[in-house]
Amino acid sequence: MPEVTPETPPETTRSPAAPLPEQAPVQRELTQADIDRQIARERQAYEKDLAGGAEPRHHPPRDYAPYRSSILRHPTQPPVAIDTRLDPEAVELSSPAFGRTDVTELDSDLTRQHQGEPLGERITVSGRLLDRDGRPVRGQLIELWQANASGRYAHQRDQHPAPLDPNFTGVGRVLTGDDGSYSFTTVKPGAYPWRNHANAWRPAHIHFSLFGTAFTQRLVTQMYFPGDPLFAYDPILQSVTDEAARARLVAAYDHDLSRPEWSLGYRWDIVLDGPAATWIEEGR
Amino acid sequence: MSPQTPPTPPTPSHTIGPFYGYALPFPGGPDAAPHAHPDTITVHGRVLDGAGAPVPDALLEFWGPDAEGQLPQQGGSLRRDPVTGGFLGRNGVDFTGFVRVATDADGHWAIRTLRPGARGGHAPHLSVCVFARGLTHHLFTRVYVPNGDPASAAADPLLAALPPERRTTLIATPGPHATHRFDLRLQGPDETVFLEFS
Repeated sequence: MPEVTPETPPETTRSPAAPLPEQAPVQRELTQADIDRQIARERQAYEKDLAGGAEPRHHPPRDYAPYRSSILRHPTQPPVAIDTRLDPEAVELSSPAFGRTDVTELDSDLTRQHQGEPLGERITVSGRLLDRDGRPVRGQLIELWQANASGRYAHQRDQHPAPLDPNFTGVGRVLTGDDGSYSFTTVKPGAYPWRNHANAWRPAHIHFSLFGTAFTQRLVTQMYFPGDPLFAYDPILQSVTDEAARARLVAAYDHDLSRPEWSLGYRWDIVLDGPAATWIEEGR
Repeated sequence: MSPQTPPTPPTPSHTIGPFYGYALPFPGGPDAAPHAHPDTITVHGRVLDGAGAPVPDALLEFWGPDAEGQLPQQGGSLRRDPVTGGFLGRNGVDFTGFVRVATDADGHWAIRTLRPGARGGHAPHLSVCVFARGLTHHLFTRVYVPNGDPASAAADPLLAALPPERRTTLIATPGPHATHRFDLRLQGPDETVFLEFS
């Protein structure tokens, strides 16, 4: 995109209190309308490919100009394919293991990690970790991190003028159960501004890191909350150009998971991509 | 999986973003080698973007076998302190095969792990997974650690299939004191070979 000149890393220098800081005069700062046009172009190109018979694309392209930080950080050569059916000894068909020494009981409750209670709307996020055959991924590590209820991360480089919460760090870990289940208690994170373009705001989200039974299934992603009005404006969510795939990043509000006088419940199942050793045995 | 059952569509990937630093790195993450293990090696390098600038906010993970080529199924990478909830570090005895390291402000990283043993017909290597702000979907690659046997590298199915100028992007350069240099170039003329598994 010729109109895009990466200068400072857009996400690491979020606007301080006053208007946007002075920068070396480059080009006109990109507006939301500029980004909207780029998002629309990318989506139209994808839908044209689909209409032409292309397979649905589950993951975002690495070259996605509306998310400006991708411009210098995506490979231009196509990835080299490794067919694991021909290579059952591939290291990537197995996964690191985690166990009881790696997680404490309090790790899954982000509201109990400090002396006091964090501010915000108390929620639970529960679901199952599955492979693409729908089988549970058992005993594996899920890590999550998030901004606090005001939209601020406990990270020195986040200078968004929203308050830090001394009772909230925003880090959780859990090992999945025998049915692949997991559950976290936390507070709903706030939306926050970032420096991708003028007036850029991220919808509220929780970052997730997941391991499968094979290293090929490794996944880092973000979970969103239903009905967020910021979805359409966010180039990170829109980097997933397939509408059905985007919908899989949005948790469902589940009233049966809400606890009276205590917390609101969200359900989010996670499906890991990529081959695993057991697929090979079954496929032969 | 029967051919009639379409696989469940996967959850899409997203960028790791800039603020994972208080959540994912952990004390002892870069140091997987048991204390004083004779097969300990250091692998280090930089992560560079398409302009050759350092990437100061990348997270790398390594997964690989022990010196005998065996893949551990051993927890304890993130060993925790039940008193404080903090991290104890690894126990110095067990090898988990899992390494996690964040780049520094100069895009540099260094890990200490066991020299990987050969497995199957492969030359010795570690699997690498790269995450970064700006990277919408992680990248897989491999770092091959030369073991002094040119026949081993020549027989490796991945290395053998690559043109020579691209093959070299996957092979670490030995240095003094069992160090090995491995730079990752996300984009550009010397772009690292990245992998896709099916």
